[in-house]
Amino acid sequence: MSFAQLRLDGVTRSFAGHDALTDLNLTVRSGEFIALLGPSGCGKSTALNCLAGLLPLTRGSIWSDDTRLDTVQAERRGFGMVFQNYALFPHMSVRRNIAFGLQMRRLPRAEIRRRTEEAIRLVRLEEHANKLPGQLSGGQQQRVAIARAVVLEPALVLMDEPLSNLDAKLRLEMRTEIRRLHQSLGLTTVYVTHDQEEALSLADRLVVLREGRVQQIGTPEELHTRPANWHVADFMGYRNLLRLRADDRTGQDEVVVTGHGLRLVGTPVGPVRAGAEVIAGVRPEDLRITGPEEGVPAVVEVVEYQGREVAVEARTADGVQFNLRTQTRPTLGERIGIVVDPVRLLVFPADGTDADGDDRPAGEPAEEPTTGDSR
Amino acid sequence: MSATATPSRTGDPTGDDPPGGRAPVGVRVALRHRLAERGVDRQLLLLVPAALFVLVLFIYPFGYGVGLSFQPTEGGPFATYQEFFTDAYLRDTIWTTLSLSLPAALLNVAASVPIAYRMRGRFRGKRLLTTVLVVPITLGTVLTAQGLLNFLGPTGWFNRTLLAVGLTDDPIRLTNNYWGVFFSIVITGFPFAFLLVLSYLSGIDPTLERAAATLGANWWQRFRRITLPLLAPGLATTFCLTFVLAFSVFPSAVLVGDPAGTTRVISIAAYDAAYVQYDYPMAATIAVLMGLVELLVIAAVLGWRALLYTGSTAGGKG
Amino acid sequence: MTSSATAPARRRRRLVARPAAWLIWGVVAFFFVNLAGVIGSVLVSSFGNRWYDSWLPQEFTTKWYGQSWQEFGLFQVLVVTLEVSLLVVGISVLVGVPAAYALARRSFPGRRLLYLLFLLPILMPPITYGIPLATVLYKYGFAGHLSGVVLANLVPSVPFVILTMTPFIEQIDPAVERAARMCGAGTRQIFVRILAPLLLPGILAASILVLVRTVGMFELTFLTAGPDSQTLVVALYYSMSAAGIRAQQSIDAMAVMYTTMMLVLLVIALRFVNPTQLVARVREDID
Repeated sequence: MSFAQLRLDGVTRSFAGHDALTDLNLTVRSGEFIALLGPSGCGKSTALNCLAGLLPLTRGSIWSDDTRLDTVQAERRGFGMVFQNYALFPHMSVRRNIAFGLQMRRLPRAEIRRRTEEAIRLVRLEEHANKLPGQLSGGQQQRVAIARAVVLEPALVLMDEPLSNLDAKLRLEMRTEIRRLHQSLGLTTVYVTHDQEEALSLADRLVVLREGRVQQIGTPEELHTRPANWHVADFMGYRNLLRLRADDRTGQDEVVVTGHGLRLVGTPVGPVRAGAEVIAGVRPEDLRITGPEEGVPAVVEVVEYQGREVAVEARTADGVQFNLRTQTRPTLGERIGIVVDPVRLLVFPADGTDADGDDRPAGEPAEEPTTGDSR
Repeated sequence: MSATATPSRTGDPTGDDPPGGRAPVGVRVALRHRLAERGVDRQLLLLVPAALFVLVLFIYPFGYGVGLSFQPTEGGPFATYQEFFTDAYLRDTIWTTLSLSLPAALLNVAASVPIAYRMRGRFRGKRLLTTVLVVPITLGTVLTAQGLLNFLGPTGWFNRTLLAVGLTDDPIRLTNNYWGVFFSIVITGFPFAFLLVLSYLSGIDPTLERAAATLGANWWQRFRRITLPLLAPGLATTFCLTFVLAFSVFPSAVLVGDPAGTTRVISIAAYDAAYVQYDYPMAATIAVLMGLVELLVIAAVLGWRALLYTGSTAGGKG
Repeated sequence: MTSSATAPARRRRRLVARPAAWLIWGVVAFFFVNLAGVIGSVLVSSFGNRWYDSWLPQEFTTKWYGQSWQEFGLFQVLVVTLEVSLLVVGISVLVGVPAAYALARRSFPGRRLLYLLFLLPILMPPITYGIPLATVLYKYGFAGHLSGVVLANLVPSVPFVILTMTPFIEQIDPAVERAARMCGAGTRQIFVRILAPLLLPGILAASILVLVRTVGMFELTFLTAGPDSQTLVVALYYSMSAAGIRAQQSIDAMAVMYTTMMLVLLVIALRFVNPTQLVARVREDID
């Protein structure tokens, strides 16, 4: 059942005439960890369910090497899946939950027992093997769900936001656990999440989706440093998104943007025309605080202690608000200067959508999907 | 992390068309997909037997009855309807039925509210109380009628008690008249209404009232301004169901009532037409009118209910 | 169930309550006293001999039970009652549960209309559709036999099973079924290995409720039964409306037997369901 390459070819799924997922093209190589990332309603779960066979495609096809897969029923694809709310069989013990898939394959009894025990050991649930799911904690339930999926040695493991129901500490632990299992068992994993940090830390490659369309596919480093458009930037933690105008004096590698009393130098991403409206984005940690005589003058309005760092909100005289992160703690009302490194300030073409919200206003035409080609 | 992060290939596939013919499969698959998108697929076949049952055993007979009602043994298509409304002996059954079922249903609902309000919290014996309340529902009308005849009869325990206490000099006549039927409806209907109201009340988040209390509302204001508006749709539903129960009163109207006079309800008229006079068109007519009257009352109540807030009663969360 | 969802930490009520509370408890007590009187007078009468103008009969006897057992042919009646009820329960579960599954899980065009269709037989008085139904059943030769009685009783029972089962099915996470499919289970295996065990309590509850309703269903059975296919409640009605021919006490004895049967069913039923469930599951659907 295993493959060298799994190919999604123009996969589209619509619900009652509305496209939830549009034209997804993706090639998954054996052993890869792929994360589908995006805000809720972006189509990432639809993509996963299409891949699993739980949702039929409206258009497109899925290929496992040279075998067409999208016409194969879910139970015959040989994939394993971990669900957001675990979906354990509530009337079966941990052991029977894990053995279920092996029993469905009609394997010899001895082999079922051997592999089940092995899987139980793998997720360290030896003491709980005879309990019912209802008697376990959330983290333990999630481990059962993972064991149930991987015990079949599936060609592909699908995970649908498996950590979103856990508390913060457990989430970190399970994240490591998932990565450990992926590597030690040599799994191929497609992982859905809305948490960019989780995706960045787990995945070999990320697929960022927005409104059913692929925005960018790339490695964590690429997405982190070179988001393909401002939507991706917004999602990757570029909290300062400013609607500005590109100045006439636009160079090849640098562009001057102005507006709201600001004049900044940044790096263009994509076709930025002189005089066009742009959205300039920068992460809070890429802004530097200096004295009021240098950079953009602003007044500190909110100071939030966050462990080793301090989150600062400052406002310019024209009312533009900046989010910063510093090691030193400024005082409220202090006059500061904000310095931006031109390499870190990314200037994207504005596409007519609202930079303040992450949702596109209704009734507005869908934009061209910007894929990773933009480099 | 694996050491070799794969290079960022964009989504475009390897270029060549995938092997295998696509077009013929595509067309067939498309129709199935289009239907599946609207939620139509083979799983819906599970509904077929049940739907067939209801169609064959409920809709068809009902339609047959309606058809029959327009084919009287003599006269034009509306002859039986005309006869029903001109013959006071038939026409008045509607009034008789409503004058029994409406007050009884109202009393059942109205009495249930304060009692259920009082008992919605937890207390010892609540389960026992609700269990005992279920008894009259399961007993059914026939047994209740028999019991009422014994209990409320001129020599029954009830009249004996009244005489012994000295509240009356002669036994009060409570059976074989309006009151016998009325009590029968209350005995089977009240527990029904009470349990429904209780479950509606329990569904209202008690923190809402506590929130109102912190805003300075006394118990009456809390009940009147918070609980009652949230309960009102449930009351409308309860009234409808209790009314349906009371409206179809048949055995008790015959057994504890005065089936030839004051408690000649519409179902007796229908039964008489069918099985005493063998006038099936007339029986069908009465059945149709009975259904119509009932649906009218329900529609009126539900229409009023539609004006009310009918959303969640669970407070903010969840 | 719903009743347990109320305030967990409510202060214990004061023993000396307000007059309103006394009034309310008084009304409830009055209701129960009269209820006890209604049932008790039937019970006492069935064991009594020569009960005329007095609080209690002059002597007690059990002879009425034997008498009514023979006079009314109660063995035959009980057998019929049992046959009818079990057939109705079996068929309505077989037909109703799959339909409830589809209704609970799927949304499709016409779903609300179908729901209304299933709701109608419960909302309409049995007499209104019972009379035309009996006419149709006579036309095709079903009425007057066991089959006619069963068919007529299925009309409210199938929808009742559907309405009772729907919430049970809704509370099973659909992801569980998907998880089973991802483990390689086919549709049949999902049903046998996953759904059936999870639905068993719901099916039991629905069955017992249908059983109670069928044993107690008077109108439909009355309209369709022949002399050999009377259930207990109909036999009781006939013996009551023909009063005067037979001793009042033997009718009472029969009524007590009926009551006992219902109470036994009720006790069994309450092991599986909440009292409010016995009343109706209809409210979810009107909402």
